[in-house]
Amino acid sequence: MRYIEPHGHMVSRTTDDYQAMVTAGCVAVCEPAFWAGFDRGSVSGFRDYYRQLTEYEPARAAKFLLPHFSWLCLNPKEAEDLALARDVLALIPEFLDRPNVLGIGEIGLNRNTRNELKVLEDHVALAVRHDQLILVHTPHLEDKLKGTHLILDLLSAHRGVNPDRVIIDHVEEHTIRRVLDRGFWAGITLYPDSKSSPPRAVDMLEICGRERIWLNSACDWGVSDPLAVPKTALEMRRRGHSADFVDAVLYRNPVRFLSQCPKFSVGDGKLN
Amino acid sequence: MPKTRSVRSVKRPPATTPAGRVVVDHGFIPVRAKLIEVAAFFDRVERHAAADDFRCAALRAAAVLLVDGKPERARRILEKLSDPTTQPEEKSSGKAALGAWQKPAKK
Repeated sequence: MRYIEPHGHMVSRTTDDYQAMVTAGCVAVCEPAFWAGFDRGSVSGFRDYYRQLTEYEPARAAKFLLPHFSWLCLNPKEAEDLALARDVLALIPEFLDRPNVLGIGEIGLNRNTRNELKVLEDHVALAVRHDQLILVHTPHLEDKLKGTHLILDLLSAHRGVNPDRVIIDHVEEHTIRRVLDRGFWAGITLYPDSKSSPPRAVDMLEICGRERIWLNSACDWGVSDPLAVPKTALEMRRRGHSADFVDAVLYRNPVRFLSQCPKFSVGDGKLN
Repeated sequence: MPKTRSVRSVKRPPATTPAGRVVVDHGFIPVRAKLIEVAAFFDRVERHAAADDFRCAALRAAAVLLVDGKPERARRILEKLSDPTTQPEEKSSGKAALGAWQKPAKK
């Protein structure tokens, strides 16, 4: 089995996780910028983080023969400080030409505030201006439904946004159809206690079809499982889905979306 | 004279598919455990006088949907636990989401 981990916060993980992922069939990992667990206090903090995502982490992954790609942004949790957000967004273009950068993400909303919306709007404008793919984080728990509506409305109102080039992540049963019906891609995140479980993810695939959907573990420093994606393959096979079905969802779908960025490549997709 | 029996159409449930059998075989025990956890949680919060917490009340209201006989229970429970408002918040509370929506107190 081959698969792509399209959303993993590998700076938070140990090298053991890289080894386990590659052993399980991972052929590429993509790392969106996110919250560090605390609010960074300066632009230089973000500059260091972007260097980590574009220099150090790809080198660490390469030791396990795993191609590493990244997305850049300021996380919505840090969007309340508009002055800092403006300065950080001004920094991002310096890094967009780095060989492993796929686009702008994971942008989005956290508590659905006006400041978060303003910073989301600025990120979207930045992505459109630089012809970048977009990866969107939808809010947690009770905020997800409202946040998804706000995000979809904002994206749909922007004339420069092509839904084919945007993935809305962390969808659940109450948001997935809304995302797909508006023409966007949808990401299902597999978490032990929130978002989706492997059985629920397969339910959504059976109900909504497998087109324009990817699965990810979003493994980070919290309770999460870097092998959640291959474990979901087992759930698919148990239910009688074919190896081709598994390959389409876990490998070909993310390749199709990510290949819209010419920098993305996994060679022939064969395991290293 | 034998009593004739009227023929009534009996609506039978669809036959379980092989995949359906697998779904039950692999899913039943873990879901049974989760259901008992839910029951024990409701007992626990009552024992500790915390059953009136808005999150516990939201869970009880959502649990009703499990047995209402209608489809799409997961979607409907998620919607029931969601913020139903549509306008952006003026400012962040600075706190994390709690898993259930609470109507703001009137100022």
